[in-house]
Amino acid sequence: MSAITRPPSDSRLRRSPDIGQAPVGSDAEIRLAEIWESLPGWKGWLSTVDHKVIGLRYIVTAFVFLLIGGMEALIMRLQLAGPNLTLLTPEQYNQLFTMHGVTMIFLYALPILSGFSNYLWPLMLGSRDMTFPRLNALSYWIFLFAGIFMYASFPLGQAPNAGWFNYVPYSGPIYNTGPNIDVFALGMVLLGVSTTVGSVNFVVTLFKMRAPGMTINRVPILVWGTLTASVANLLVIPSVSLAFFLLWLDRQVGTHFFDVANGGKPLLWQHLFWIFGHPWVYAIVLPAMGIVSDALPTFCRRPLVGYAWVALATMATMLVGFEVWIHHMFATGLPAVALSIFGAASFVISIPSAVAVFAWIATIWLGTPVFKTPFLFFAGFVILFVIGGLSGVMTAAVPLDWQLNETYFIVAHLHYVLLGINVFPVVGGIYYWFPKFTGRMMDEKIGKWSFWVMFIGFNAGFFPMHLAGLLGMPRRIYTYSSRMGWDTVNLITSIGSFVFAIGVLIFLVNVAVSLRRGTRAGSNPWDAATLEWSVPSPPPAYNFAVIPHIASRHPLWEDRLNEGEGTGQSSLEKGYLLMEGRETIGTSPIDATPEIILKMPGDSATPFFVGLFLSLAFAGMLLHWWSFTGLMILSCIIALMVWMWPEKALAQRSPTDSSREAHV
Amino acid sequence: MSEARQLLDQPLPVGSEGKLAGGWWGIVALIVTEGSLFGYLLFSYFYLSSQAERHWPPEGLPSLLLPSINTAILIASSVFVWASEYCLARKRKRGSVVMMLVAIVLGALFVGIQLKEWSSKTYGMTSDLYGSLYFTITGFHMLHVVIGLVILLLLLAWISFRYFDEKRHAAITIGGIYWHFVDVVWLFVFTTLYLFPYM
Ligand code: HEM
Repeated sequence: MSAITRPPSDSRLRRSPDIGQAPVGSDAEIRLAEIWESLPGWKGWLSTVDHKVIGLRYIVTAFVFLLIGGMEALIMRLQLAGPNLTLLTPEQYNQLFTMHGVTMIFLYALPILSGFSNYLWPLMLGSRDMTFPRLNALSYWIFLFAGIFMYASFPLGQAPNAGWFNYVPYSGPIYNTGPNIDVFALGMVLLGVSTTVGSVNFVVTLFKMRAPGMTINRVPILVWGTLTASVANLLVIPSVSLAFFLLWLDRQVGTHFFDVANGGKPLLWQHLFWIFGHPWVYAIVLPAMGIVSDALPTFCRRPLVGYAWVALATMATMLVGFEVWIHHMFATGLPAVALSIFGAASFVISIPSAVAVFAWIATIWLGTPVFKTPFLFFAGFVILFVIGGLSGVMTAAVPLDWQLNETYFIVAHLHYVLLGINVFPVVGGIYYWFPKFTGRMMDEKIGKWSFWVMFIGFNAGFFPMHLAGLLGMPRRIYTYSSRMGWDTVNLITSIGSFVFAIGVLIFLVNVAVSLRRGTRAGSNPWDAATLEWSVPSPPPAYNFAVIPHIASRHPLWEDRLNEGEGTGQSSLEKGYLLMEGRETIGTSPIDATPEIILKMPGDSATPFFVGLFLSLAFAGMLLHWWSFTGLMILSCIIALMVWMWPEKALAQRSPTDSSREAHV
Repeated sequence: MSEARQLLDQPLPVGSEGKLAGGWWGIVALIVTEGSLFGYLLFSYFYLSSQAERHWPPEGLPSLLLPSINTAILIASSVFVWASEYCLARKRKRGSVVMMLVAIVLGALFVGIQLKEWSSKTYGMTSDLYGSLYFTITGFHMLHVVIGLVILLLLLAWISFRYFDEKRHAAITIGGIYWHFVDVVWLFVFTTLYLFPYM
C-alpha cells in the first residue's frame, strides 16, 4: 500500500467513492484480497475478525455442544430404558438432565443460530463485514470460554444439578453447598456478556450495513428473525444475568435476596428468570424459522408466499412473548408461569405461528418442489412444528394443564418444539449452505438417509413420551417401578433416541466425506435468489468485490420475476469499489441510501485477550482468589484501552493532528 | 437506473463521523441493555420492599443532605463533559481539556462522598435484606461511575494529545453519552433509595 500516495487531507474525511468493476483476477480484486485477508498461521488464527471464520467457529463449537448434550441424553435414556435400572445414581441423573438442558438451551440452541447469522448476514445484506468485527470475535471467544467454564466441575461429579431454570431455594446456599451452582451462576453471567455484545452487533449491523437500495422490506426473513431475537436479548439478558449474580452473592457473600428467613423472596428468582426465559424460547426458534423461510423457497422454485406477513409474525411473536409474562404476573400467580412455560406461551403464540406455517405450506403448495435433502429437512420441520404446536395448545388448555404439568407430556412437547424448530432447520441449513461454506456439495444419497433415520428416530423416540405423560409419568425421575405400566413406552423412547443419534452420526459422516470428496459447487448451485449466492463459494475474504446495488427482494431471480420493474435492476457487477484500506458502505436505517464510507478495523488479538482475562476473572471469583480476579480485571481494562485507542487509519482521529502516531 | 446512479455519486463522509459512526449506534444499544439492568435492579428493590413485613427501610428514613449535594455534583460533571465537546467543536482545544478535567474532578468527588456515605451506614451488605439491596444497587452504580471515569480520563488524554479536532471527535460524543447515562441512572437510583421512603 505504500506505493499509493496519500490523498490530500480533505478527502480523508470526505470523498466520492469510485464506482466500477473488479472481476476476479483484476488488479483491483487482487488488492482487495490483500487488504482483507488474515495473516496465515496461528497469529492470523487468533486475531482474525472475519465474520465468516467467526460464524463457522460458532457453528462448529455449538454443534460440539449439541453432541455433548446428546450423549448426556443417551445416557439418561439408557438409565430409563427399563424399570429399576441402576446405571445412574439419583444425583448423577440430576446433574445429567441439568447439564443436558443447560447445554442444549444455552450452549447450543442460540449460539448455533448466531453462527449462521454471523456467517450469512453480511453476505445477505451486501456488506463486507458486520459493523463491529472485533466485538464479533469477542463474543465468540467469551462464548467458548463460558462453555468450558460451565463444564469445569463436571469431571469432579459436581456439575449444576438444579435443572436449567435453577429454582431457589433448592439452588440456594442451604440446600446446595458444593460449587455446582456457583459454576452455573458465574458461567451464565459470562455467557450473558457474549450474547449481549453479539446482539448489539446484529442490531447495529441491520440498521447500518445494508447494501444501497436494500430497503427494510427487502431483507431476508433470517435477518428479521435474528434482529427480533437480538432486540429481545438486549432487553432481557440483564434480567437473567442479574438473577444469577444475586444468587451468587447470596451463596458466597451472604446477602439475603432469596433468603426466606431474612425477608428475601424465592419468587424474585422466578420473576427475573422468566422475564428472560420466555423471550429466550422465541429467540432460539425465530432465527431457525427464518432459515426455513429463506431456504425453502429455493426448493419450491418460487418466492416465499406472504413475505410481509411472515416478517410481521416474527416480530409479533416476540411482542406476544413479553405480554404473556405480564399476563401471568397479574392473572395466574407466578408458579404457574414456570410450570407451563412451554405450554401457555405456545397457546398465545399459535396465531403468529399459524401465519408462518400457512406461508410455508402455501409456498410448497404453489411451487414445484425439488426433493433435495435440505427440502426434506424443511418439510419435516413444518410437520414437527404442527405436532409441537398442537401439543402446546393442549398443554395450554387449563384443565389439561393441571393433568399434564410436570409430566413427560411436557418433555415430549418441549423436544418437539426445540428439535423440530431448531435442530431440523439447523441441519437442513447446513445441508443448504454447506456449498457456500466450503465450496463443495454434500452427498445427496447419504443426505436422504440421514434425514429419514433422524426423522423416524425422532418420532419413535419422542412421540411415545406423550403417552408416558398421559400415563402419569413425572419428569425428572431417575427410575420407575415396573408396576406403573410405563415399561414399553420408555423402551420404545430409548430405542428411538438411539436411532435418532445414528441419524446425526450419518449426517456427520456426510460432512466428513463431502469436505474431502464433495462435488465442486459453483457460486449458486441451488439456483437460489438471495445475495449470498452471487459471490464465489467459498466467498473471498472481502465478500463483495464491489458493493452491489439492490433493487428487489430476489436480486438473482429478477430476470424471471420482473420484480425489479420500476426501480431498475439490481446491479451486482458494478458498484462502489471502496479499497483504501478495509472499507464498506454505511446506509440509512430504512431506505438504505448511502450515508458514509465506513472504515473497518483490521485483525487484532485484543478481543481474544479481553475474553480470556474476563473469563479468568470469573474463574478467580469462583475460587475466591480475589487479588487474581483484580489483576485479571485490570488486564482486561488495559486490553480494552489498546482495543479502543483511536486510529488515524480508521479516521477516528483528526487527519491533521500534529502528534506522532502514538501506536500502542 | 440513472436516478439510482446519481444517488450513489454523492460525496460521503469517511470513517467515524459523529452520529453516523457505528460506535454511536453501538453505545446507544449498550445503554438500552444497561438501562434494562438498572430497571431490573430497581424492580427487585420495589418487589422486595413491597413485601417486607418489617418497617422499611429498617434503619429509618435516610438523611438527604449529603446525597442531594452529591447528586448535584454528578449532574454538574455531566454539564462539563457536554461543555468539553462544545469547546472542541468550536476549535477551543484548551477549553475542552479544562472542561473535561473539571468533569473528572467532580466525578471523583462524587465517588469520595459516596464512599463516605457508605462508611457512615450502620448496616452492611450482609446484615439484612435492606442492606443487601442498598449496597448492591449503589455498588452497581459505583462500578459504572468508575468505568465512566476511566473513559473520561482516556478522553482527556486523547484530547490533550490533540487527536481530535472540530471535525473528528466521535469518541467524545460516544464516551460523553455514556457518562450522561451513568448520571441519569443515578437520578433513578437516588429517587428510589432516598426519596421513595419519604413518600
Ligand atoms: C438425542 C436427542 C435428545 C434426547 C434423547 C433427549 C432426551 C432428554 C431426556 C431423557 C430428558 C430428561 C427428562 C426428565 O428426566 O425430565 C431431557 C430433558 C431436556 N431436554 Fe432433551 N433430549 C434430546 C435433545 C434435546 C435437544 C436438541 C434439546 C434442545 C435444543 C433438548 C432440551 C431439553 C431440555 C430443555 C430438557 C429439560 C431439562 C430439565 O428438566 O431441566 N433436548 N431430554
